[in-house]
Amino acid sequence: MSLVLFIEQVLNGFQFGIMLFLTAAGLTLVFGVMGLINLAHGSLFMIGAFAAASIAGWTGSFVLAIMASLAAAAAAGALVEVAVIRKLYDRDHLDQVLATFALILILSEGTRWIFGSFPLYLNIPSYLSGPISLPGGIQYPLYRLTIIIAGLFIALCLRQLILKTRIGMQIRAGESDREMIAVLGVNISWLYTLLFALGAALAGVAGGLVGALQSVQVGMGEPILILAFVVIVIGGIGSVKGALVASILVGLTDRLGSILMPEAFKLFLPPADATLMGSALSSMLIYILMAAVLVWKPTGLYGVRV
Amino acid sequence: MSREGWINIALILSLLAVPLWAQVADEPFLITLSTRVAIFALAGVGLNLALGLGGLVSLGHAAFFGIGGYAMGILASHAQSYAPILEVPLLIEGTKSMPVIWLTALLVSGLVALAIGALSLRTTGVYFIMITLAFGQMLYYFSISWPAYGGEDGLPIYTRNNFPGLNTLDPIQFFLISYVILCIALVFISLLTKSSFGLALNAARQSVRRVETVGISTYRVRLTAFVLSGMMTGLSGALFADLNRFVSPSMFSWQTSGEIMIFVILGGTARLFGPVAGAALFIVLEHLLGGISDYWLIFLGLLLLAVVLFARGGLIGLLAGSPSRSG
Repeated sequence: MSLVLFIEQVLNGFQFGIMLFLTAAGLTLVFGVMGLINLAHGSLFMIGAFAAASIAGWTGSFVLAIMASLAAAAAAGALVEVAVIRKLYDRDHLDQVLATFALILILSEGTRWIFGSFPLYLNIPSYLSGPISLPGGIQYPLYRLTIIIAGLFIALCLRQLILKTRIGMQIRAGESDREMIAVLGVNISWLYTLLFALGAALAGVAGGLVGALQSVQVGMGEPILILAFVVIVIGGIGSVKGALVASILVGLTDRLGSILMPEAFKLFLPPADATLMGSALSSMLIYILMAAVLVWKPTGLYGVRV
Repeated sequence: MSREGWINIALILSLLAVPLWAQVADEPFLITLSTRVAIFALAGVGLNLALGLGGLVSLGHAAFFGIGGYAMGILASHAQSYAPILEVPLLIEGTKSMPVIWLTALLVSGLVALAIGALSLRTTGVYFIMITLAFGQMLYYFSISWPAYGGEDGLPIYTRNNFPGLNTLDPIQFFLISYVILCIALVFISLLTKSSFGLALNAARQSVRRVETVGISTYRVRLTAFVLSGMMTGLSGALFADLNRFVSPSMFSWQTSGEIMIFVILGGTARLFGPVAGAALFIVLEHLLGGISDYWLIFLGLLLLAVVLFARGGLIGLLAGSPSRSG
């Protein structure tokens, strides 16, 4: 295997990881602050992708499409929070799992009802398509590189928002003691809606950006949701920093595993068997990684809560 | 007898009566639907042990359902191709015998439940939910990427497996097999609930510290419950595969885990017959609403949401009132 291919896969792993981070960040924030496990987070990712694909089909503008994905997911998130999620904060995890599973059924089937079962396509705009030459003679798709940079930029904005603004301060305060900040006069229910919409918007943007790389269809949110769960379990639930580290780790493991595992098996198995074993094992690799992290640190890399 | 007791009896008798009537009226489709209810109820009874009694919210029970299914698929496919599963170090051949397949399904799903449970039970609460989910997904992706047994396409079995003295291809006889197994499982669970083990499990859900104080290891009690729970769901997977004569990775999918959970919740969590009521309601809804609209899952979602938000006792809770639970 050549070095060029390896570097390309490392970049792909980064790109995948960054998109996972955008999805996982909302999930982990919502859990950290509201104590809510939200299975329907993947549906918000899907809504973002559908919004982007339809607006791009309508207007032809990619920038508008991404803005639409953000707005649609944030609006859907706020709506869902006010209608359903708000009633779940005081319930146990089982009720949260079930109610948000019900939301998946409603949102997925609702989307299928509106858009039909056929996938939509979101094209990469001409100014972002094609490869770009990186130092060392590596050709890499410009769009994927843009995603990496955009994702890192969003992650940076999120960090600034949480650490430097008044809202961020309230979010952090809510994480450590929600009764106390309510007593101090912060409108908790408004803050929760805002935070939920923020998490939804992040997932929606990720959906819109990824929508140009894969087909936009019902059910696209669930695989990413489960990976986001893996990410926040590895990173430690409630920790945004943990989510970032774990996202990159999972992204790299997934992409490098799929090329390295078959190669590794070729050292002691015939090529056909090696490819078979390698690809079967690499599809399980991130779950094995998660199990390993849990044996080592049951609350995740950056988790504090027991 | 309590009102819930009467409802339970009515429920289990009508599950028997409907297919018997269908047999007389020559409606084989109804028999198949009833068989599905019995099999799904068995899966739910398994999950209910962990979820209802033990408070272990497993979102990965599809793993055991799928393992049961593949235990049947692998054994039967080797039997129909006459190729042994393993030759060295010892000869293992396929089989079409249901009892052997069931034992294999119980054994393998028990072992997998032991491994998954031993790791997952190191955590609690939301971590436990996500980890069981992730283990389920692990097996799902493995079943897709492993081509020897059909990979993504699944594995068809041409004839139903055999049970000594019965014609399993006759729908009513296969229904009776599933029904009897379901009844045995229900009796087992009701005995287990009253045993000291069941009491310890119930107590561990309510207060870990108190149970630990009297010298019982909650980890062991929970692990045992998780393994038993996985074994029952595994057995139902083997029956489900036999019903369809087909296994596919979708048995491992997390939607399957969600559905098994829905059976438990719709009927009423931690109630002995809850999964029976829930599975029956699910199948009836699937059939009735599915006939009206292709998008029947929207209605299922709304119903589930309503049950979770407003009727936490599920169907049996609505009919029988709140349980007379001591403590």
